[in-house]
Amino acid sequence: MPGQRVDVRLTAEDGYTASREYSIASAPGEPLEITVQRIEGGEVSPYLTEEVRPGDQLEVRGPAGGFFVWDGAPDPMFLVAGGSGIVPLRSILRHRSRIGSQTPARLLYSVRTTADIIYRDELEKYGVRYTFTRQRPDGWTGYSGRVTPAMLADIAWPAGANPVAYVCGPTSFVETVASELTAIGYPPQRVRTERFGGA
Amino acid sequence: MSPVTRGFRGRRNPESASRTPPGQYLTKDFPVLSAGPTPVTRLEKWTFSVTRGDATLRSWTWSDLRELPYDDVTVDIHCVTRWSKLDTRWRGVSIDTFLRDADLEDTVSGYVMAHSDGGYTTNLPLKDLTGGKAWVAYEYGGQPLAAEHGGPARLLVPHLYFWKSAKWVRRLDLMKVDEPGFWENYGYHMYGDPWREQRYDGD
Repeated sequence: MPGQRVDVRLTAEDGYTASREYSIASAPGEPLEITVQRIEGGEVSPYLTEEVRPGDQLEVRGPAGGFFVWDGAPDPMFLVAGGSGIVPLRSILRHRSRIGSQTPARLLYSVRTTADIIYRDELEKYGVRYTFTRQRPDGWTGYSGRVTPAMLADIAWPAGANPVAYVCGPTSFVETVASELTAIGYPPQRVRTERFGGA
Repeated sequence: MSPVTRGFRGRRNPESASRTPPGQYLTKDFPVLSAGPTPVTRLEKWTFSVTRGDATLRSWTWSDLRELPYDDVTVDIHCVTRWSKLDTRWRGVSIDTFLRDADLEDTVSGYVMAHSDGGYTTNLPLKDLTGGKAWVAYEYGGQPLAAEHGGPARLLVPHLYFWKSAKWVRRLDLMKVDEPGFWENYGYHMYGDPWREQRYDGD
């Protein structure tokens, strides 16, 4: 289902292995695609983003995960991404588009600058709304700064619409947005979260 | 052996290799991986109970908890998402102490469903909670446990994958038969031994 993850395992010549989990970026039924952010000083992401060449084979296991997924339900979805948290949300929106679902969906994507946007052209088709936290594009009239309760009150489905929220990104981003959503009336069990990174 | 990944060298840590279960990597961070928002519980309303179905066998308030004998422990923790963190320091009350305080120390068989604020549950054999293997922990690294890490108090069961260490724990329900909790219902392993890599059902 869209929103799931896979395990990628790399094996060195002496048998040493390293494994990491990645959110699936593609929609179900498409060739499997992951999007990897290079972490400075990381063990695996520098290899995947700099060394891997077309034609290389990688050992993958999965998909796994069953909660941060969309099963095609008709309830309005409010998707909130911080940085690389866009990856599983793109999978959900891509799947929704491929199956011709009428489920209403809104996407709020928080990035530092325009250079940090992933899947920019595709996200336009989903009506993405951005907020820029470090540098806005010239002439920008949209949101800026961190996601706030006022911003959510403006863009999120009202709680009365029985929406489900998917929030994904760095831990502190998710903590803030998830608690702000419960403050505007989203029941906690209707706020699904996936946190990347440490705290 | 798995097929060799062209050009991958990796980074080995011989000193800690014996303490890192298979498929894990070491982190100095402390990732947060909850499925939903962080619950907020006021201490004056907080209780911890041992129940058997509808019967509450014993219940402790926050002040009761703070009067029970505690342990300071340093343990390694292992998350199913593959990060491991060594030498984490916690303060908490052992489950043995709770059971003794409730005159239940002779209860040895059966299973437990841990219930948390926010609706999270996870199941464990009772014998994995006794014999000095588990605590209700309220301090981490010498500080009160932060809400996003399970504060005011969480279950701490370091010998199993860390999803069994239920954050925001409020109740242990004694069961005769093992039943799946939240993640177990989504296909995660019923037991979760990191040394046997029991991540998913069927591992």
